Amino acid sequence: MNKQTEKAPIVSNGGRKIKNDIIFIIFLLLIVWCVGLIYALSRADGDTVIVTVNGEITGEYALSDDLTINIESGEGQYNVLVIKDGFAGVEKASCPDGICVAHKPISKDSESIVCLPNKVVVTVKKSEFNDSPDIIA
Amino acid sequence: MQNNKSKIYRITFLAVCATVALVLSYMETLLPPLVASVPGIKLGLPNIVIVFVLYRFGIRDAAAVSFIRLIAVVLLFGNIMMFAYSLAGAILSLVCMAVLKRIDILSMIGVSVAGAVSHNIGQVLVAMALLETAEIGYYMIALAISGTVSGIFVGIAGAYLTKKLLTKNINNC
Repeated sequence: MNKQTEKAPIVSNGGRKIKNDIIFIIFLLLIVWCVGLIYALSRADGDTVIVTVNGEITGEYALSDDLTINIESGEGQYNVLVIKDGFAGVEKASCPDGICVAHKPISKDSESIVCLPNKVVVTVKKSEFNDSPDIIA
Repeated sequence: MQNNKSKIYRITFLAVCATVALVLSYMETLLPPLVASVPGIKLGLPNIVIVFVLYRFGIRDAAAVSFIRLIAVVLLFGNIMMFAYSLAGAILSLVCMAVLKRIDILSMIGVSVAGAVSHNIGQVLVAMALLETAEIGYYMIALAISGTVSGIFVGIAGAYLTKKLLTKNINNC
């Protein structure tokens, strides 16, 4: 029981293993990337843009239209939503972090852009009732 | 006599390891979330201890330390859902790490990356089963990437810890 101490491999004497590590990590990230790609491609395109401010729906717009909408969330705060070429994105906003502006425009079903400071959520939805079973929300 | 002494040493040492892992889990809850938009991304600090014990003592002791830590964390800060997630993650992670260590082609860094990623995958799989939704599959991708990054650092830390503690005079157990 007490003599089962095997030689523990240490990083400094395993140059070959470090090489294997790097290959392994690259391989792993490649798999993740592929899964992500398949996931993203298999996602259905949405057709409706839903804007909620503070949890309340304030507007629904067709993704096919080219629109610029100024979302006002009170106290002078605003997000400028631009729908163009089937993509919805936030172009300008009053929030300090600018995460919503940095977010790339969305087009797929149930993708969303969230602006936490202004409590604004922009979601793309697929509106038609087709055979997908989970249209609960 | 010597045997008995080293047994006590071993038990005490593992108990200290479990405690350190517990404290690291607690410390992790105090840190602000690393990526605000994706909850659940963690450093995986307790895994430093688990990886160290795995290399220093073996899979059995690593599993024991891991489960003691898990039960203590859930009793102190968690709920039953968290227990289910974490248990699945811990088992999958331990199995992956033990197998990869046995195959012996990766260093501790690679083993720890595999452990971190499989931990996250186990958690998300259980969440998918419990919540009966495939939507959070997306989540798995973010967690796999974060697991890779944190796994690298955990592996480096674990390797240093193993190296330092091996050179100290604790080899007689």
